[in-house]
Amino acid sequence: MGITFRKETFRDDFTFKNSPEHIRRFPFPFHEDSYMYAVNIEPHVVGPKGSVLENLIDVDEHYVAEMQDRALVLAEDPLRCQSLPHMTLAGWDLLELLMEQQALGYPEHFTLTRDGDRWRWINRPLGIDDTFTFGDTSTLPYGPMEYITRQSQGDFCILDQRDGNLWMDAGMVTTQADWSLDFDIGMNFFEWHAPVPLAHEKGIFVRALKFLTNIQQGKPARRLNWTMTINPRLDTSPENYHKWGPDRGTVTPENVGDKVHLRVELQSFWRLPRSNGIVFPIRCYLIKMDELVTQPKWARRLHRVIRDLPEELATYKGLTRYRPTLVEWLSKLDDGSATSPGFGPD
Amino acid sequence: MAAKTIISRPVYGTLSPQPGKHHLFIADAEGALAITDMARTAPSGFFDGAEIVFIPGPDGKHAGALEALKPTQFHLAPSFASLLPRLKQTLTNAHMGLRLYLAGTEGLIGQAMQVALEAGIDHTSMQTEHRGSLARRMQCVHCKGITENVTTQPATCSHCGLLLLVRDHYSRRLAAFQGVCINAEDRSEIPPIEEAFP
Repeated sequence: MGITFRKETFRDDFTFKNSPEHIRRFPFPFHEDSYMYAVNIEPHVVGPKGSVLENLIDVDEHYVAEMQDRALVLAEDPLRCQSLPHMTLAGWDLLELLMEQQALGYPEHFTLTRDGDRWRWINRPLGIDDTFTFGDTSTLPYGPMEYITRQSQGDFCILDQRDGNLWMDAGMVTTQADWSLDFDIGMNFFEWHAPVPLAHEKGIFVRALKFLTNIQQGKPARRLNWTMTINPRLDTSPENYHKWGPDRGTVTPENVGDKVHLRVELQSFWRLPRSNGIVFPIRCYLIKMDELVTQPKWARRLHRVIRDLPEELATYKGLTRYRPTLVEWLSKLDDGSATSPGFGPD
Repeated sequence: MAAKTIISRPVYGTLSPQPGKHHLFIADAEGALAITDMARTAPSGFFDGAEIVFIPGPDGKHAGALEALKPTQFHLAPSFASLLPRLKQTLTNAHMGLRLYLAGTEGLIGQAMQVALEAGIDHTSMQTEHRGSLARRMQCVHCKGITENVTTQPATCSHCGLLLLVRDHYSRRLAAFQGVCINAEDRSEIPPIEEAFP
């Protein structure tokens, strides 16, 4: 049985919602009642059936709507997708990876057939049936990275590895939590993370870089990151901050449950076979408070995490303006009882 | 000297003579003094293989002191924009062994480095020394326009008019600091504008 793709929006009337099954599979990012940065990287292996880790590249009920939103962002601002000239080969690597993984996990929706360099790609949800020559950019309507990432959920950064560092040299970034590909493209690992508070002092990035530069082909890794977003808006780019920023002032005790969303990024890291680059998909999951608190354990834990978050992190994540309202609302759902270990709902 | 704050923010050094056949100096305003200071410790004949390109500041000073070093080529440019075509050709035609020395304002160092990067020169191989104004080149993350010589915090984008926080986050590719709307969440909040980068 295939996925039923929702018709919904991530802007204007914000009709985005999660079905009850998608609420249960939400990748809740807190395994305990508090949060601090850590190098929380683990092998990206297949997880339980019905979880977001059932397939290594997850496709869910929001797929079609997310791809439509991406197309709208790119029409407004083509600079959200950029690739430096030496990154085309890595783009082909990524195209292969995403076609293989999506066809493997969702054969009813995607089919890849190969006859030497002659490839046929069928994407039924988006109504695409293209035949092209692998490695020949002139046979695709876009460059290989742009072509396949217009058909894949999440942002994608392709990192070139040289001089013992990773360089942000290509990307498709339309659902980012407040960082600019156009500004950061060409930077190394430490430079593009420069604005992150506290983590440099803790040596997080030195250890993370060491881990990432050693990632082997066929052995991807992953970590979770999180922030919060007002309204289910995918495009919270700095480019449009002056347009979505005012949303943060609209949170009231009455609308917290509908407006405030936990935004979780499932970041994975894959070695690319031909280019030796690393691709870094950043898959964004949104859940509104009303949906999240249907799982009592998550409600109690989120209350404690947000209440006790260090001020610098709250500022960096942009929570300052509505944190008191949110904590007050969540406190009513926290009876003080213990939470079970681990991420999942009870 | 500008203080080191975050990792993407450039750190400048002190010019010192490097081994190499050809030496290209690009400087503006008080950056000339970095070159004349370095010249005191340079081996004799060092400037025989040197080209100095200089953009004088508003006071018009220092050109004579540089010319007195008797470089093989000396060029006075009224602005960086006017220098650009010549600089691009010099770097395109440069051979291995060219050493690059950049001195003066951050805007000059950054823009010259940007052209050199495009010509394939590694940024770590360039000698830099910051002298003079702390004024910043800023890219508005919203409209992408560059505002030159930003001295205040916050600063108004000269293209779209938004009031921007001038961050320390810096892009060598754009030769600019990032400017992000400071009152995006509530436009009625107007923070005081202070002289931060004199």
